[in-house]
Amino acid sequence: MSARLEKLKTALMSRLGKRLIRMDEALREVRAEVAAADYLEVMRELRDAPELAFSMLIDLCGVDYAAYGGEAGENRPARQFAVVTHLLSVTHNWRLRVRVFAEDDAAPRISSVVPIWSGADWFEREAFDMYGIFFDGHHDLRRILTDYGFVGHPFRKDFPVCGHVEMRYDPEQKRVVYQPVSIEPREITPRVRRETGWGKGHA
Amino acid sequence: MPEFRNFTINFGPQHPAAHGVLRMILELDGEVIKHADPHIGLLHRGTEKLIETRVWAQSLPYMDRLDYVSMMCNEHAYCLAVEKLLGIKVPERALYIRVMLDEVTRILNHLLWVGCHGLDVGAMSMVLYTFREREDLMDVYEAVSGARMHAAYYRIGGVYRDLPDRMPQYAPSPWKNAATLKVVNENRQGSLLDFLEDFTERFPKYHSDYHTLLTDNRIWKQRLVGIGTVSPERALQLGFTGAMLRGSGIEWDLRKKQPYAVYDQVDFDVPIGVNGDSYDRYLVRMEEMLQANRIIRQCIDWLRKNPGPVMSDDYKFAPPPHETVKSNMEALIHHFKYFSEGFQVPEGEAYAAIEHPKGEFGIYAISDGANKPYRLKIRAPGFAHLAAMDEMARGHMLADVVTIIGSQDVVFGEIDR
Repeated sequence: MSARLEKLKTALMSRLGKRLIRMDEALREVRAEVAAADYLEVMRELRDAPELAFSMLIDLCGVDYAAYGGEAGENRPARQFAVVTHLLSVTHNWRLRVRVFAEDDAAPRISSVVPIWSGADWFEREAFDMYGIFFDGHHDLRRILTDYGFVGHPFRKDFPVCGHVEMRYDPEQKRVVYQPVSIEPREITPRVRRETGWGKGHA
Repeated sequence: MPEFRNFTINFGPQHPAAHGVLRMILELDGEVIKHADPHIGLLHRGTEKLIETRVWAQSLPYMDRLDYVSMMCNEHAYCLAVEKLLGIKVPERALYIRVMLDEVTRILNHLLWVGCHGLDVGAMSMVLYTFREREDLMDVYEAVSGARMHAAYYRIGGVYRDLPDRMPQYAPSPWKNAATLKVVNENRQGSLLDFLEDFTERFPKYHSDYHTLLTDNRIWKQRLVGIGTVSPERALQLGFTGAMLRGSGIEWDLRKKQPYAVYDQVDFDVPIGVNGDSYDRYLVRMEEMLQANRIIRQCIDWLRKNPGPVMSDDYKFAPPPHETVKSNMEALIHHFKYFSEGFQVPEGEAYAAIEHPKGEFGIYAISDGANKPYRLKIRAPGFAHLAAMDEMARGHMLADVVTIIGSQDVVFGEIDR
């Protein structure tokens, strides 16, 4: 297993060279990070280069790093929005995770990989719907999971779990109406994050 | 010359053949599909967002509610991802139990699929037979976990409890007299493993009955052969996995290629299709049921011979045995911590995938070191399959759309999440 991962890392390094901003291996998974400008070109090579042959895009998702690391923000990346893809090579039987950060936090944009893998279509629509990441070159970037006429991007960290509006039937108007939520956001178990090395050396 | 225009119809979301809440806007030229636009999200519950607000161990029951016909497989993927991040070892007996119940789940899923697929296409009686067998397997679910569907049986670090020594039996009631009781309780005299073994002996016979009903049936073949054909190249492009990929002739099964749990210890074959049409996918799934039956038998043998723990004894990440909590101070502390604050998962990210009955079901978890996930992405196989609806249905007749939905084996719990 690890010999195969070494082979994958060498192939990635020689093929991508400087375009590889960072590459790390953890838990027997390889992650590569590329710049948004190189993204489309790199992805095409990942699919077409015979020594890599990532013929399948398994997953594509958005990530919002705004609250990463809690209050202290330890290890929080400089940019807020990232797109993470999981690629699979059926010929070499290996996987790769590619992360790309959008340059602009206010209006994140990333190139679409639909021309490379047709299967990316709905995954990109989902990332757009949930995080408001725009995919340049996507032929049909519509909302996919949220309601018709939904406002906002629900998986962003500044979007409350209870949402902004609630829906009820109004017997006077004889139709369904939207109104601001009447419930307070609450947290039953707080999010607890301890600094590195906490509890060590006191045993 | 009169002017002909395309006709747009709305299919679903309350349509019996839509397998839940699928709404499709179909553009028709006569009866031929020009464009199919599935509208999904009617069952979107924001599972991924909810999971970010729960401690790691609490999110497990959400997994049952994703693909609600293969509950335990979803749990397995979640457990694998968290166990990978934590780096804990799971006892071998728990791994065998997981494999056995994964395969029980695979049969459960495929039985529901073949029954409903038959029902959609016009083979009305299939569903009656498959639900009869599902009932036995549901009883297995109930015996191990207490719930017929949403089991929450797999836990981070193992499984909730060992398999029961006694199979629950039917009790006397005004509807079951002594003679009936004797018949229905006959195979429930021993342990759960005895009951399951009895099922695996009966199942090949049932399975050949399904073949008799469907495989050479002329109507069935007319409805399935050549419908929704996907070439191997397109299947890879579209991100197909599981039986959808194997039906197109690509030999790819995570249980063989990237084995998890103890799949490298059991013996089974992977069926693949040739033509990539709905009929091949039907044959692939049918054969998978028999192979699952084979795996279950091997697991039963192993589990009979090898008693042992079924839960990790690392009490930072797994609850201590309940009887020790009242007598042991340390166990009490562990128990309290586990069920209040939960445990911190080391910073990092992991992707764990399993060969789910529907395809590759993956969990991508990002932890920033807190007691709750920072982000958890659920990679649902049905999402990628349904996305190909337009391509698969184009040029086919309206009635074939129903065949294609059935052949994709879509379940909205996992697609909408």
